[in-house]
Amino acid sequence: MSNKINMNMKEFVKLFSDQFDDTDLELFTPLLRFHDLEEWSSIVGLAVLNMIALKYKVRLSPSELTNAVTVQDIWDLVQNKIDTNNQ
Amino acid sequence: MKKAYIKDISYYLPSQILTNEDLVELFPEWTVEKIAAKVGISERHISAENETVTDMAVCASEALFNQNIVKRDEVDFVLFCTQSQEYSLPSSACLLQSRLDLSTSCGAFDFDLGCSGYVYGLAVAKGLVGVGIAKNVLLITSESYTKYLSPDDKGNRTIFSDGAAATMISTEGFAEIGECALGTNGSGADFLIVRKGHPLYMDGGAIFDFSSEVVPQMIQEVLEKERIQKNDVDLWVFHQANKYMINYIRKMMEIEKEKFFIYLEHVGNTVSSTIPIALYEARKEGRLSGNIVVAGFGVGLSWGAVMLKTN
Repeated sequence: MSNKINMNMKEFVKLFSDQFDDTDLELFTPLLRFHDLEEWSSIVGLAVLNMIALKYKVRLSPSELTNAVTVQDIWDLVQNKIDTNNQ
Repeated sequence: MKKAYIKDISYYLPSQILTNEDLVELFPEWTVEKIAAKVGISERHISAENETVTDMAVCASEALFNQNIVKRDEVDFVLFCTQSQEYSLPSSACLLQSRLDLSTSCGAFDFDLGCSGYVYGLAVAKGLVGVGIAKNVLLITSESYTKYLSPDDKGNRTIFSDGAAATMISTEGFAEIGECALGTNGSGADFLIVRKGHPLYMDGGAIFDFSSEVVPQMIQEVLEKERIQKNDVDLWVFHQANKYMINYIRKMMEIEKEKFFIYLEHVGNTVSSTIPIALYEARKEGRLSGNIVVAGFGVGLSWGAVMLKTN
């Protein structure tokens, strides 16, 4: 189970990084403080929200994204919403 | 049913330009350059205070006639796409007939669409030519969205631009108008709206989500009608909403970068004119050959895609 979660986290980080064009891929880790990225902007945020909706079938709000600090935080939000939907 | 072709295209942009430097001065606390880089726009054209969409339409049409491929006395129908009509009535298309000194035997009417307007115009023109109602349809798109914007709306002021394009659709030309797919969803009207007495409002997230959903679907519909595969398309020309969003959709659809035409850095989002402007520039670069898929999507919500076939 732990390995599956790690694989899903790895996939999420990859999908997150796909929304960026100019940022070094090595920077993308679960602990990345994404708001600090030079390339981070509201438009990239829209793409992240859209990617999450298409891939994971859950919706985060713009404010949830704004309040998240790390990529891990976003992943945790996604997981919580998936779990809520599955109940 | 006669075939219909795009015979020629031209366009007009107002001379006043709003640069990124201008925006930085206006909004020093905002990351203008970062956003401008992402949307891929460094210049927006701003219509003069007393410059109307009809004025711009006249300029685009005269530019078309000056290219000497089409003649004004051959025009027998005018389709005018705008959401910034000069008067509540009469139709601005009627004014254009007079200002362009076209035959009084012309049919002419306005239609009120934005980002999907050019594709709708091609579809209607194709029908008019196809059944023999008209032989030479002058399709004009003209927009002055900047006049709808609040001075404080830094996001939309970064994107929108004014301009007009004129296209002649005829029984001969360089690109046959093929199959099309059209759609409408009025439940999304509030996502991009100008209410009386209020500036333009756009829910960027909702428009982003809508675009990423409908564009692949309508393109698939066109490809199925044409009985071809995605790989058979030689050039993709989307409504140039903003570079980041259309590239996002491109990547989602796994369209090769080399086949995806982008032209908006020095033009901006001119709403219904982005596609004809891009087609004009693609043709100038020699890139209009083979199968070309054109897709417009946005305010309404409204969307349309069409196949253009060149030799």
